[in-house]
Amino acid sequence: MRVAVIGVGCSKFGELWEMGFRDIMISAGVEALEDANLEGKEIEAIYVGNMSAGRYVGQEHIASLIADYSGLADLHIPCVRVEAGDASGGVALRQAYMAVASGMHDVVIAAGAEKVTDVPNAVEILSSCADVEWEVFNGANLPALYAMIARMHMRRYGTKEEDLAMVSVKNHKNATLNPKAMFRREIDLETALNSPYVAEPLRLFDCSPICDGASVVILASEDVARKYTDTPIYIEACTQASDYLALQSRRDITTMDSVVQASRKAYKIAGIDPKDVDVVEVHDSFTIAEIIAYEDLGFVEKGRGAELVREGVTMLDGEIPVNPSGGLKAFGHAVGATGIRQAVEIVLQLRGDAGKRQVDAEMGLSLNVGGTGGTAVVTVFSR
Amino acid sequence: MLPKFWRKIRFRYGLIGSYCENCGNYYYPPRNLCPRCRRKGKVKEVQFSGYGRVLSWSVVHDAVENFWISKPYVVALIELDEGARIIAPLDCNPREIEEGMRVRAVFRKFGEDGEEGIIHYGTKFVPIG
Repeated sequence: MRVAVIGVGCSKFGELWEMGFRDIMISAGVEALEDANLEGKEIEAIYVGNMSAGRYVGQEHIASLIADYSGLADLHIPCVRVEAGDASGGVALRQAYMAVASGMHDVVIAAGAEKVTDVPNAVEILSSCADVEWEVFNGANLPALYAMIARMHMRRYGTKEEDLAMVSVKNHKNATLNPKAMFRREIDLETALNSPYVAEPLRLFDCSPICDGASVVILASEDVARKYTDTPIYIEACTQASDYLALQSRRDITTMDSVVQASRKAYKIAGIDPKDVDVVEVHDSFTIAEIIAYEDLGFVEKGRGAELVREGVTMLDGEIPVNPSGGLKAFGHAVGATGIRQAVEIVLQLRGDAGKRQVDAEMGLSLNVGGTGGTAVVTVFSR
Repeated sequence: MLPKFWRKIRFRYGLIGSYCENCGNYYYPPRNLCPRCRRKGKVKEVQFSGYGRVLSWSVVHDAVENFWISKPYVVALIELDEGARIIAPLDCNPREIEEGMRVRAVFRKFGEDGEEGIIHYGTKFVPIG
């Protein structure tokens, strides 16, 4: 069964002090219902990506909570929480996709939500996406792990700190055109390159900000999609791959094999080549991750990722715009919400609803990564 | 949290990992199953020599909790002579580090669980010579 996206919603991303977990989730959900022109009773199942409600807000069993506060408790539909670190949203999307593709359900919600600013140790909790006992215990948090990836990429392929900074500058510029982004201001190369080191060679402006946010996409089978919308966006493929959790066990730390595997499979299922993709959202949790994603997704050969940002290929007006939303770097990284938030952006772009950041696109792709690549989800969308 | 730390003491203090007799590959940290041979594997405990070389590293300014007092500090991806790789703190002047630099394992204090909690020890690395 072919699967369509019939509605999308997204909360603002950032430090949402006046909003709790429930408020954020519901604001995105209501927007998606309005967008799909649904009353609510059409929904048959909910899948929610969330990394760590237990540690971030002290609440487990959020599947029930979300069904309840979405006003759907009396419908008694199944609601499932999905966890895969900061790929939780992408994996939730895939679970929802499979529920519709299999013919089990006709209308399903895929959501992602995270409230991180109620605790002081949000970054420490995020670092538990890495191997807590053998990486983090030894002093390597997520920035340090990505820093080791960056240093090896630089030494092996000649990638420069300036290239990393250019990713940050690009994504900040795109975010100025996005009303829901966390950081809506431009930065220049000098600012990025003069920011303090977090984990050398990565500086403050190489790191995405962890923040609050929620996103929702509503999926429907092709048979019923046209009942709700004139502009369904189809999911041509949604694939997932895993890899060793810890960086030390990987074959080569400058490549995410999970991304390579998931994307190759997605291209095959969708019957396309990387060059057919017109707009992309990648998981730039750190700037080096965006450059490596260019390579692992097959947009350029291994080692030459930096050329795409140097030559402006991935800018909003470039040949393959990457992270038109502002990316994790400037839109904000609401952990378990990010994978769904990326899908929202691709759908808006393909529908022509992306406002001032609109690009010309018929085929879009999103890449959501957990930790340093232990999980990757690739989704291909088309008009 | 005491048993969680206590049951890893041998592997962290003594750099004990795994060796698969079927394929000849070494693993650190230890594994119960060989990812290359899976059910055909014969995994045995092995004591690493503690010698290796630096593949990549970072000087960390935004420290993990146990490392606050020593920041900035160095963590490195080290390839042990037996072939397994380990991410571990590297105790040296960051400006001295070079790719491929030879290092050896040393026993060091990592931190403690407050004034009355247990003291965490583990393996760090230092340059040779």
